[in-house]
Amino acid sequence: MSKGGNRNISLIIAVISIGLLFSVRLFYLQVIDKSYVDFANANSKKILTIHPNRGLIYDRNNKLIAYNDNFYDLSISYPFTLKNFDTTGFCTILEITKENFIERLKKAEKTVYKGSATFYKNLEFYKFAALQERMYDYGKFYIEVKSDRKYNTASGAHVLGYIGEISKKQLEEKNEENYYSKGDFIGLAGLEKYYEPELRGIKGEEVILVDSRGKQQGSYSKGKFDKIPIPGKKVTTTLDLTLQEYASRLMQNKAGSVVAIEPSTGEILTLVSSPEYNPEALTIRNKKKNYGELLKDPTLPLFNRAVTAAYPPGSVFKLLNGLIGLEEEMIYPETTFPCYKGYSIGNLHVNCHPHPQNLDLRGAVANSCNAYFCYTFKEIIENPKYKSPREAYIKWRNYMLQFGLDNKLGSDINFESEGNIPTPEFYDKMHNNRWGFTRIISLSIGQGEILITPLQMANVISTIANRGYYYTPHCIRKIDNKNAIPKKFKTKHKINIKKEHFEVVVEGMRNTLISGTAARTGIEGIEICGKTGTVQNPHGKNHAVFMCFAPKDNPKIAIACIVENAGFGATWAAPVATLLIEKYFKRDSVSSKPEMEERILKARLLKNPNDKDSAAKKEELENEEIKKQKNDSTEKRTTKNNLNKEAVIAKKFTFNKNERKKYN
Amino acid sequence: MKEKNIIDTASFDWTIIIIYIVMVLFGWFNIYSASWNESTGSIFDLSKNYGKQFLFICISAFIAIFWLFLDHKLFNIFSYVVYFLLIGLVISVFVIGKEIAGNKNWIAIGSFNLQPAEFAKYGASLALAKFLGTPDARLKDKMTFRIATMIFLLPMILILLQKDTGSALVFLSFFLVLYREGLSGVWFVIALCSIVVFILTLYFGNIWVSGVFAAIALLFYLFSSRKKYLTIPIIVITLVVTAFSSSINLIMDNVLKEHQKKRILVTFGLLEDLKKEGYNVHQSKIAIGSGGLIGKGYLQGTQTKLRYVPEQHTDFIFCTIGEEWGWVGSMVIIILFVTLIARVYYLAERQKNRFNRIFAYCVASILFFHFTINIGMTIGLVPVIGIPLPFFSYGGSSLIGFTVLLFTLIKLDSTRSSEMSTLKDMY
Repeated sequence: MSKGGNRNISLIIAVISIGLLFSVRLFYLQVIDKSYVDFANANSKKILTIHPNRGLIYDRNNKLIAYNDNFYDLSISYPFTLKNFDTTGFCTILEITKENFIERLKKAEKTVYKGSATFYKNLEFYKFAALQERMYDYGKFYIEVKSDRKYNTASGAHVLGYIGEISKKQLEEKNEENYYSKGDFIGLAGLEKYYEPELRGIKGEEVILVDSRGKQQGSYSKGKFDKIPIPGKKVTTTLDLTLQEYASRLMQNKAGSVVAIEPSTGEILTLVSSPEYNPEALTIRNKKKNYGELLKDPTLPLFNRAVTAAYPPGSVFKLLNGLIGLEEEMIYPETTFPCYKGYSIGNLHVNCHPHPQNLDLRGAVANSCNAYFCYTFKEIIENPKYKSPREAYIKWRNYMLQFGLDNKLGSDINFESEGNIPTPEFYDKMHNNRWGFTRIISLSIGQGEILITPLQMANVISTIANRGYYYTPHCIRKIDNKNAIPKKFKTKHKINIKKEHFEVVVEGMRNTLISGTAARTGIEGIEICGKTGTVQNPHGKNHAVFMCFAPKDNPKIAIACIVENAGFGATWAAPVATLLIEKYFKRDSVSSKPEMEERILKARLLKNPNDKDSAAKKEELENEEIKKQKNDSTEKRTTKNNLNKEAVIAKKFTFNKNERKKYN
Repeated sequence: MKEKNIIDTASFDWTIIIIYIVMVLFGWFNIYSASWNESTGSIFDLSKNYGKQFLFICISAFIAIFWLFLDHKLFNIFSYVVYFLLIGLVISVFVIGKEIAGNKNWIAIGSFNLQPAEFAKYGASLALAKFLGTPDARLKDKMTFRIATMIFLLPMILILLQKDTGSALVFLSFFLVLYREGLSGVWFVIALCSIVVFILTLYFGNIWVSGVFAAIALLFYLFSSRKKYLTIPIIVITLVVTAFSSSINLIMDNVLKEHQKKRILVTFGLLEDLKKEGYNVHQSKIAIGSGGLIGKGYLQGTQTKLRYVPEQHTDFIFCTIGEEWGWVGSMVIIILFVTLIARVYYLAERQKNRFNRIFAYCVASILFFHFTINIGMTIGLVPVIGIPLPFFSYGGSSLIGFTVLLFTLIKLDSTRSSEMSTLKDMY
């Protein structure tokens, strides 16, 4: 009995020991070791991302420019175990062969990311509809709704930019908050890029349960942990779509740019770089097809001339020299200078065209007298107030910098160039520290080493229209109907030149369209003030430049227009600008100058790179070089490289600064 | 005694009955939870597992009550009859058996499947109690020992032949009964040592195990003061250990089946096979481990509900409990089992009748074995051996089998005072 009793107790102790062992083991598994919770989540919970609708883009008059267009990708979740899978039925719906099915699976296996991979991109709608009905049978597969851009206009691509799949590099660099995932779309250029944080919205999440076979089994906790996506903000641009489209039409078959700004705010009403491309060409789905071709196109449609190309400004620069002369009190509005078919100093001669004699500043502006501004610039550079011409030049250059030249303006349009106002050091080096007015005489008439982008040009004319201040040009008007635009676009930049001096120059500009160089292009009933320019082009025909604003008092619009290889500014650039101004004020009514409009619309000034025209030969060679670079970089296929390519071309296009000295 | 036909409910051991009711109902709720999804209907739906389990519970309840009304002497009298009838049932599987999941150990009755192995335990328990219960049975007698072991080894071998290894192994628990009745504890020590050597060999290989053991034996011998008596035993033990250790690879490769070998390796962390043999345990550990301290809540478990754990309503029902009720709930189950088994062992010892006592030991040992192996397997302490968790796992045969075992015991226990007269039966 006692032996049996002992053994009874030892058995009871054994039972209790096992119980204790189990409790400890369970305590370890359930309470101490947290990894099983992660395992369980990884097992059964799947977070589906719901992409928010990208913000819509509107023009200043609330006309819709860019909106969203859904398309469908068929994805498969990993691992790809397809037991009892009706491959035949599936392939029939997708209209693919079994071999193709296997091929796609293999391809998908290589691109698995976060537990799934795309199996079939951009499903046709009828296939999507057919699949949708039978999705339950194809548990491992699911349809991803993606959103592409669609546009209500064929114009404005350079401003709007485009979206695309995020690159590997961007994923690493831009992903501090871990917002982006592979395959996400992101603004890659233009406003889409600049206002990406506003436009993208916030992704939503749907937590669903997935069973051991990978089939979705409804929402987790009745959607308690789901996050509703927050759509992107509505972005209202400053663009005037009517004007933008009209400008595009006027610029068709020409190379060049038009930039129109509302002077009082710095808002960009129109920005056209020609030749351009339809924004529709670079949507997610069309990009693959078109991007390479656009890149190879010798007319460089991808290249945004309006902000990236920099040209010598030509005669329009005279306005600035006149203003500085007045401010420095080296000339007065009444000052006259003689013009003997130009200006001569030593064996240097600057030609001038025939015009009335004894012009004062107003007349010189209106008639664009070269001699007058050579004298003016000579006075400025040889100002006895300063110890040397070099110092006077520094002073002069400072005025230029105030106008935003030699610097990126900092607008919200990407790929802005700085342009160039040479530093005194540049001339020191060029002329062995011995230089004066005669060496830089071409600056008096806007030739020489100076380079200005069309946007800078528009900003200058806008500053003059404002009589001495500007706001950084920008394309953003409202975000989500609130005026919450970046602060830098609301900062007033003042020029240290008295307002009355501007008035003098403005009067001259008004005369340009009444009696001066652009007298024929004036529009009845609108007080346009302008200045023509014809930029000597070492590579071919002169570039035509015109900048103007209207009306004279309380200007509403300021325009800079440049047409490459066109000839006289008054002939080609001025009509574009004045027609735009007419459009702006009279909106839809027919132009009062139909012949002029027709002439401009019909003009084909776009250089065909295949022409064996001797004057164009040099440029052709340069184009060749650009092409070569393009081809080189085409081999590298990533988006990032493509962007770089654009930059390379842009750089190349900015005329070689050193080359300028030949025309000194 | 005259009033033997009057049922004195106070004489029943209500502790066991209450634990039984709690377990069965809780088990039923968990089977419902394990099969639950958003479209699950009533818990009484007879086309579903939980509905059928309800039916089994009703049948069990009926049998339980019926058993309590039976004359307790019937169990003793008919023990051999029941034993041989059930052996016959096990044998009949060879003839009319139905194959389910590769194992031919079922008999189809209508839409239900009967698993004779679950009842064979009852027969073996009755027969062993009857055989060892005779006043002159002494285990020390070799013949008695052989017959006693034959009683439970016969059904065990038959079930092994039906490839139901798990159910067969349960019969090893009868050795615990023999232990109480006088089997030397040395055998258990040897068994334990074998397991230790086995595990060590798996980890370190037979050369290391034999070498280190020999070295220790040699040291022990050198420092021993009684060298004369120890020489031969030490040599023999060392040789046996070396031989056993060396034969383990042979056993693993030739005796055990591939999946059994893998399950053992997985249990000791020597093989990572999360896709196949290790899958069950890995998923089971995930389900239980993710339950945390207080669990995810009833019907809120994701792992079991989404069918990550195979056999979640039968052998792996503990996963549902672990996942949905957490450590707290798991502890309740473990305490219930420990209390139940310890209670049965305790009841066994207070029996004045050897038949009753041995039968009680059988019941406790079978429960003990099931409890240890089943829960041990779900938490990765024991290789996967497919046996149900008593009262919890889905299955009519197992529930009815355990009910009959338990209520026979309750009935026998309730009559112990009326057996006072048979003092001579006392050990």
